Amino acid sequence: MLRIPCPYCGLRDEPEFTFGGPAHVARPPLTADDATWTDYLFGRDNPAGAHFERWSHAYGCGQWFNMVRNTLTHEIVAVYAMGEPKPTLSSS
Amino acid sequence: MIKPKTGPYRLTQGGQIDRTRTIPFRFNNETYTGNAGDTLASALLANGVRTVSRSFKFHRPRGMFSCGMEEPNGLLQVGTGPRATPSARAPFVELTPNLEAFSQSGWPGVAFDVGRALDFTAPMWAAGFYNKTFIWPNWHTYEAAIRRMAGLGKAPTEPDPDRYEVRNLHCDVLVIGAGVTGLKAALEAAHAGARVVLVEQDRLLGGQALWDGSVVESSPATDWIGARTHELDELPGVTLLRRTTAVGCYDHNVLALSERNHPPRAGMPRERYWIARAGRVVLATGAIEQPLIFGHNDRPGIMLAGAIRQYLLRYGVAPGRRVLLAANNESVYGLAKELKEAGVKVLGVVDSRHDVPEATRAAMQSLSIEISLGSIPVDTAGFSALRSVTVGRLSNDGRRINSTQTLECDALAVSGGWSPNLHLFAQAGGKLAYDPVSGSLQPTAPHPSIEIEIAGSAALAIPIGPRVSPVGNTRRQWVDLLHDVTVADLELALRENYTSVEHVKRYTTVGMAADQGKTSAAATLGILARIRGIPAAELGHTTLRPPFTPVTLGAIAGRDIGERYAPSRLLPIHAWHARHGALVRDFAGWQRPVAYMESGESREMATLREARSVRAACGLFDASPLGKIEVQGPDALEFLDRFYINDLKTLQPGRVRYGLMLRETGAIFDDGTVVMLAPGHFLITTTSGNAERVYAWLEEWRQCEWPRLRVAITAVTEQWATISLAGPRARAILSKLDSSIDLTRSEFPHLTMRTGRLLNLPTRIYRVSFTGELTYEINVPAAAGPRLWEALLEAGAPEELKPLGLDALLQLRLEKGFLHVGTETDATTVPADVGWGKVAAQKASDFVGKRSLALPENLRSDRLQLVGLTMEPGRIFVVGSHLRLADSRDPSDGWITSAGTMASTGDPIALAMLRAGHQQIGTEVTVQDGDAVTHARVVSPPFFDKSGGRMHA
Amino acid sequence: MRYSVWTLLGNAITGQQNWPAAWREGTLRRRYDVIVIGGGGHGLATAYYLAKNHGLRSIAVLERGWIGGGNSGRNTQVVRSNYFCSASSAFYDQSLKLYEELGRELNFNVMLSQRGLVWLAHSEHELEVSRRWCNAIRMNGVDSEMLTPEQIKHVVPPINLRGRLPIAGGFLQRRAGICRHDAVVWGYARAASALGVDIVQNCEVLGFDIVHGRVCGVRTSQGPVQADKIVMNVAGYSSHLARLAGLRLPITTMALQAMVTEPVKPVLDIVVVSASVHAYVSQSDRGEIVIGAGADAYNSYAQRGGLPQLRATIQAVLELFPSFSRLKLMRQWAGRVDVTPDTSPIMGLTPVDGLFVNCGWGTGGYKAIPAGGTTMAHTIATGRPHPLIAGFGLDRFRTGALINEDAAAGVAH
Repeated sequence: MLRIPCPYCGLRDEPEFTFGGPAHVARPPLTADDATWTDYLFGRDNPAGAHFERWSHAYGCGQWFNMVRNTLTHEIVAVYAMGEPKPTLSSS
Repeated sequence: MIKPKTGPYRLTQGGQIDRTRTIPFRFNNETYTGNAGDTLASALLANGVRTVSRSFKFHRPRGMFSCGMEEPNGLLQVGTGPRATPSARAPFVELTPNLEAFSQSGWPGVAFDVGRALDFTAPMWAAGFYNKTFIWPNWHTYEAAIRRMAGLGKAPTEPDPDRYEVRNLHCDVLVIGAGVTGLKAALEAAHAGARVVLVEQDRLLGGQALWDGSVVESSPATDWIGARTHELDELPGVTLLRRTTAVGCYDHNVLALSERNHPPRAGMPRERYWIARAGRVVLATGAIEQPLIFGHNDRPGIMLAGAIRQYLLRYGVAPGRRVLLAANNESVYGLAKELKEAGVKVLGVVDSRHDVPEATRAAMQSLSIEISLGSIPVDTAGFSALRSVTVGRLSNDGRRINSTQTLECDALAVSGGWSPNLHLFAQAGGKLAYDPVSGSLQPTAPHPSIEIEIAGSAALAIPIGPRVSPVGNTRRQWVDLLHDVTVADLELALRENYTSVEHVKRYTTVGMAADQGKTSAAATLGILARIRGIPAAELGHTTLRPPFTPVTLGAIAGRDIGERYAPSRLLPIHAWHARHGALVRDFAGWQRPVAYMESGESREMATLREARSVRAACGLFDASPLGKIEVQGPDALEFLDRFYINDLKTLQPGRVRYGLMLRETGAIFDDGTVVMLAPGHFLITTTSGNAERVYAWLEEWRQCEWPRLRVAITAVTEQWATISLAGPRARAILSKLDSSIDLTRSEFPHLTMRTGRLLNLPTRIYRVSFTGELTYEINVPAAAGPRLWEALLEAGAPEELKPLGLDALLQLRLEKGFLHVGTETDATTVPADVGWGKVAAQKASDFVGKRSLALPENLRSDRLQLVGLTMEPGRIFVVGSHLRLADSRDPSDGWITSAGTMASTGDPIALAMLRAGHQQIGTEVTVQDGDAVTHARVVSPPFFDKSGGRMHA
Repeated sequence: MRYSVWTLLGNAITGQQNWPAAWREGTLRRRYDVIVIGGGGHGLATAYYLAKNHGLRSIAVLERGWIGGGNSGRNTQVVRSNYFCSASSAFYDQSLKLYEELGRELNFNVMLSQRGLVWLAHSEHELEVSRRWCNAIRMNGVDSEMLTPEQIKHVVPPINLRGRLPIAGGFLQRRAGICRHDAVVWGYARAASALGVDIVQNCEVLGFDIVHGRVCGVRTSQGPVQADKIVMNVAGYSSHLARLAGLRLPITTMALQAMVTEPVKPVLDIVVVSASVHAYVSQSDRGEIVIGAGADAYNSYAQRGGLPQLRATIQAVLELFPSFSRLKLMRQWAGRVDVTPDTSPIMGLTPVDGLFVNCGWGTGGYKAIPAGGTTMAHTIATGRPHPLIAGFGLDRFRTGALINEDAAAGVAH
């Protein structure tokens, strides 16, 4: 079970949260071509390693936030507010 | 007064059992007596019960092998009837009066087992034999017989009468194992101010020191343990969990602990499953003794030396009359002395090492116990139990035996080394590698949050001598007792190129039984390395998985079973429905009336009556689960407009707009109404099943995609009771109630909403209709729902106003062809499929899902489209039937999504999704359900009141 | 050497000394006609059918670990073909038909037990959905029949009909069942090896050589290898491998859990599945109750599952089978499943010439192994998608022509 550090409530258990998929995905405008639009809908990086993703503390404060988690080890590398830019990660 | 001995192998003194209290129990329907403090295992051994089971494959007699949770043979059924527990580990079953236990294998019994024939034909049943036969004619021919022979123990057939509990704990330090090492670690952490949890799987703290007579910090261990236990009890922030095994280590330092409650007491949970969140973990879990590998090393009477020691010193039980000890390490010599001092005949110690420390040599000499160095057992004899052991002298290179000697004995204590118990370390991702010096898996690197403190008498890495007899028939040298896997099986696996350790495991099933290889993994790696001629460290090892020992399913489930499996949500007016004979069903947790059957009525009859009443006069429906969400702020309109396919910008205050919301793929997500309560203040409704999902959806977009829109969203679904009054007499009935709202048609037309007071309650009343009749959808604060409900019924009594359930409601809406999201639609249905394509296309501004509507697949003309169906009276449509067009080339052209009969005429009607349905109006289709085939006509809904005039009354 | 009761007997007499290797440990050559990346069931089956059905003899299967070490060795062994969409139905039923012959074809006992599978409905709405689904299966020419609660109780005696979410009925596929996963992997490996396929373990692909949009080889941990035709079938690594070829797939990798209890005498003779009370339950021939869970709902390559999903699954099992409460959980594990947006696989060509893909099986790849093998072998040998997989191409995500099994079957969205 993951223990997720909500930036507003602190460290809480995984079942309190809802996973929201990849972060920093820009929504294309109406004028986008089919390739761009379907890549937005369906394309995934799906990395084995640092993953920039969105979580919502649905059963807590209800806030969405961004997180960087290693999808191999589940180590949580960074947590930052929704809307903040991608942090640069130190190579470790 | 001398108490009668409980069993021929019970010593008259020694051990920590209470000889003044005897406990009767039954095993395989024979009565025995044990003492308070006994386990089932110790009591059976005291009574000389040597054979307790038959091995899995060859049905060889087996006896107790260990004194711990690694026990492979002593897995017994305890209890009968609904309290029967299969595969209980005898060393952990605390003896209670009239305990009933049974062997789980052997037919007709464990003493004489017909299945032993498999042992006599063992060469046929080498590892993997079933891969190479049973192919013709097919597996079914053989399966039933093989399934009956497999399986250990019977599954109970009745519900479990016991309760279980899941509990949570948080701590800074979780110490696993309360032996001397664990006690010290817990105390150190507690004195430093940490919140400490100390977990011990035994009923007492202290571990081995409890009974081995050792001295700790100059005190007898029992005194030291008592004092430390008292100290820990007094310290705040320390929790002691006894009879608790740490079974699983999960990510982020979350551990699962399994606690057994004893003795069983009414009203108390049988077991607890703890979910522990720890800052750091200390493993003081000791080590598990390993066997030696030699011919016929599985007979009853052959036991791990440490186990014999515990049975002797803790339980006062002698392992036999003539005991031989065989080892490859130093740990066995204390036992030799203790056996001798207890008056048991010790034949000697066989040690495969070529040298022992001088102190050991001297100690054994003073006791007249002979040591045979450089020797190892090579074979044993005894059809039902151990009778003799043949010992061989190893050559200098350990590859041959130079001479042998046979000794008669009925007990053989074996010690092949010690494997530190690092299961949880491995579960947490800690890396292990085989160390040839100790013949065990050792950690290769520290783990960030799990400390290993395995010290004391069972040190982390005790050096060993040879472990495996170099001679003898390898088909009779057992490596895994639970799955009856022999050295020959390992050889065969490698011969057939099942080379990686995981292939060997799956091919031979070594280590795959309930013990996860606790007493076989180490030897397996050593043997594989020797055969392959490579260092064992290069082999890697199989993955250790939770749980460390098997855990009762009921304990993991806890209390959230039965009625608590899924939460129930009750309508504010539930009590009234229940009192008035409502048939209630679960809808996404909400308990909702589907029909109100009066005496003599079936559900179908009640539904027909309710529907007809609505059309004729009026009906009352509890619609409280309807999703209600308020959206407020200067940008509320702009925000909402980005979700609906309908243009909301033209919405006037008090006017209700029905709209569809899509997912980004263009599929219909939900439908509902939007009303402007005031500029910047909107109220939307959703389907009851999607109330939470839509709220979450809006919040997600607000926070993540459009955070600069000034909007606040509040879910108010449960704040308001929603009651629909529907039918031609609705206005007349509602007018009788005291309200501030003008109900005249011109002041309050269809698709508008009014706020005010009703019965002196704040109210929001919609004129929207799901039934196609004049309808007032009335919202009052939830707590006042019952009052309004009863007031309406009273006001409507002269008109025979009665409630209607969901069945009648859906029947009425079917007649009108109204969309029911989730019934007509699925996650592929787009607006055009259900007749809303033009509305979506006409809206120029972007909304969620709009772009997807232009993808090629969503523009095809042969998509499934919503149509109505009729057929000749007297038949019925069945939901889920499939349709085929006259000239179809596909297996199916669609299906019926809703079906019923017209309330007025009784004629069958249905809604369906049909391929290119909008072009098929007027044609005939085939309807197929199972083997039944009928025909129907495609029509354009609605079936009733096509002009919609009745709603607008 | 042929496997039979006679060779068993012969070897019993000679102390098992004459069994040959089940498959040759291949020595990696520098050039092949076809490279199959991934030594799981799909890869080995593809290699076998390339040799058997298309006569190719220069084939290598490159496996970075030990064959069958991925999802092929971790699944709950269920095989079925009760799918809703016509395209899925045709494919999976072809696969089940191949399973029916597989033991004889490969001369390896795969222990196919067609004991039946019942899919439960826990409300009237779910029952309507089940009927739609059951009829769809029948319209596709595959066996399926509706069952009443009483009929379900008859075939599943330990089931609890009246739990918190009572069973309203269900539908049965008689030809569905279970089949031993390791045996399928080893059976295909042995047969492929006998036809000359080089199976190379401990060989990881590190990159592709692509020239002018056409693949011409791979770089591996054992050196470079050339080939004009390469197929990727590496569940759990598909995105990674595709990225090495410059491709982006619509895949999310998640942990899918499974668990077994201690073995008990026969108590469950059929496979039981419930979507809403989420669990797959069956009993292995060894006696263990085998339980399949839902996926942990976030990206994961950890190959282990979390406690919340474990507990939810066991609660579901006890809702269906309260009498199993006193059985003990013996072992739990997880696989790495590649989930696509429509829960249908991705099979066929890629934008890179000569590079083929077979991935995205999510929670359902095991039952597809034989048909995955035959259709991919055809596709690779001819360069054109086999008709059975024409709808499962990567390009369907561009047009929106998803094959949405869950949706079409009415599962809640």
